[in-house]
Amino acid sequence: MAAPFDKTDDSVVVIIGTGAGGGTLANELAQKGISVVALEAGGRYLPQDFLNDEWDSFGQLAWTDMRTTSGDWRVAKDFSNLPSWIVKAVGGTTTHWAGASLRFQDHEWKALTNYGALEGANLLDWPIDGAEMASWYDKAEKKMNVTGTNDNPRLPGNNNYKVFSAGAKNVGYQEFHTGNMAINSRDDQDRMMCQQTGFCFQGCKWGAKWSTAYTEIPEGEATGNLEVREKAHVARIVHDDSGKVTGVEYLDENGDMHMQAARIVCVAGNSMESPRLLLNSASTMFPDGLANSSGQVGRNYMRHLTGSVYGIFDKPVRMYRGTTMAGIIQDEAKHDPSRGFVGGYELETLSLGLPFMAAFLDPGAWGREFTTALDHYENMAGMWIVGEDMPQETNRITLSDAEDQWGLKVANVHYSDHTNDVAMRNHAYDRGMAIYDSVGATRTLPTPPYPSTHNLGTNRMSENAADGVVNKWGQTHDIANLFVSDGSQFTTGAAENPTLTIVALAIRQADHIAREMSAGNL
Amino acid sequence: MQDTKSPKGLTRRELLSRATAAGASFVIGAGYVAGRDAAWATEMNAMKPESFATLAQMARDIYPHDQVADQYYAAAIKGYDTQEQAEMAEAGLGKLNTLAREMKGSDYIDIGWEADRVEVLRAMQDDPFFQTVRGGLVTGLYNQKEIWPIFGYEGESYSQGGYINRGFDDIAWIG
Repeated sequence: MAAPFDKTDDSVVVIIGTGAGGGTLANELAQKGISVVALEAGGRYLPQDFLNDEWDSFGQLAWTDMRTTSGDWRVAKDFSNLPSWIVKAVGGTTTHWAGASLRFQDHEWKALTNYGALEGANLLDWPIDGAEMASWYDKAEKKMNVTGTNDNPRLPGNNNYKVFSAGAKNVGYQEFHTGNMAINSRDDQDRMMCQQTGFCFQGCKWGAKWSTAYTEIPEGEATGNLEVREKAHVARIVHDDSGKVTGVEYLDENGDMHMQAARIVCVAGNSMESPRLLLNSASTMFPDGLANSSGQVGRNYMRHLTGSVYGIFDKPVRMYRGTTMAGIIQDEAKHDPSRGFVGGYELETLSLGLPFMAAFLDPGAWGREFTTALDHYENMAGMWIVGEDMPQETNRITLSDAEDQWGLKVANVHYSDHTNDVAMRNHAYDRGMAIYDSVGATRTLPTPPYPSTHNLGTNRMSENAADGVVNKWGQTHDIANLFVSDGSQFTTGAAENPTLTIVALAIRQADHIAREMSAGNL
Repeated sequence: MQDTKSPKGLTRRELLSRATAAGASFVIGAGYVAGRDAAWATEMNAMKPESFATLAQMARDIYPHDQVADQYYAAAIKGYDTQEQAEMAEAGLGKLNTLAREMKGSDYIDIGWEADRVEVLRAMQDDPFFQTVRGGLVTGLYNQKEIWPIFGYEGESYSQGGYINRGFDDIAWIG
């Protein structure tokens, strides 16, 4: 049967969320002839709709539904109802992401083995490894047209990169370039090449940056096998007496409740919403929430340790011109415990416009110490730290007492740094400041983490059902026809921006689901 | 800002002749606040002119940018001059003035040195009124497109074709 599908059609795969995981999975399944209903909480915005304006774009795209926070992270104090900067729209956070597409390093798949047990950390090896993932990464890089792979040239360096790379060279780093970016460096795949516009975070108006909103989703829809329902907020996943899931209940934009039947349900709502949904779906049979026999649903929330360093110079930089994140130093990404911490971090170019710089440089700060930095906005260069943070059982998503506009319990996001996170961030701040000092910075500004964009863990993958929520295919240990298809599957966070891995896992999961359906196992 | 004409059709000379000085930067008249040079003026809807001038000074002292003219600070706080907000603002400014008289012996706007005013603000910075004003300024001040060029920020670039031919890599002082 072709889309649109009947709500009583229990032959469809229902996917919740249309970002890197859900959007990719939807297209991959549709290409294989499988009927898919994708439910997306947000509306649909395409390149012509995107706004070159930070606050207006935030209003258009960001997930601003209520959430609450706790823990010692500064975000809980400065942005208590905005723990993350992610997107509520068709395409999810692939509209907002900057495009950095890095493979995990081999040792990162086996963090427990390679780092050892750290007190307070809930480290575990992934049940898959680099060899298993290599061919899926190949497919993902091809799909996303990643620079530095498949003969795609790297992007040219912008002003911010020139300062960054000169500093990298001065301090003796070897591995730096303009990155592996899912941004066209030449016209390809019916999408334009990058026009160095900036505003990568606000949705690429040229469509040069890969986003499921205008690649995977329309490709899937063109097969006739994919129906995307926008402004459909899933409230609950329901199941039968045998414990198999049978469909989902969702609210439309008017608040009317609908039920969509399903053969398989795949959850891809990001690491805050996915566990929230499983917990909100608690029933008599599953009083602690769906797929939670391990008690691990919502736990091990990771966000990369992050942080930024800005340098001010005596001459203009104009860091905001050009591709926001086309610049990376990888020398510190290795695991080298002699630095005083396990795991590693990437340094990547980053810029914010003046309005967001004012909001995020030092939230809550005021007075001349703060404003003299902004006075020299034009002379600033910026970089972002992306490092592996430790999974901790106590860093977790739970259901808050607060309710959203639909009367559903919202996610409370609890996060406190591990001592390893603090040691790594301080190391990265020192290196970042040294990089800018070496090119003549007159002032450097180590900047605290922003609301999270890399939300990971909370439904982690594990070999044994007692240790995690999903198996190596993203299939929940407890319920065979319930899958997790987003970054919440991550067993550990690695040092790399997660999108490429989420996409590779989704392509692989689609293959598995199709195979199991054919075999009559699902 | 919103009123480029002087209120009620007054000439600049008339406006200044009818106003009294408030602090270093402002003059206040019957129902309006203006810059000392009368280059801008704004009519009051709900707040007392003295209070509005005090709030504008407070805004500058929270986020002081010497190259940003007073009219932009006034625009950033104009939202408090409404029936819904004025009472809260007047009450908060009342507290500020009480504290200013205790600490420095005069109303806030009459304290001559910025460092002394900042001392008063530091003593008040955990107060919800201070936090409301400060938080509001983050967008109210810095999201005014008119001030972006002062900071060297160019804003929207898509309509001009991005920077691919307009200097994305034009930095001259680095190798």
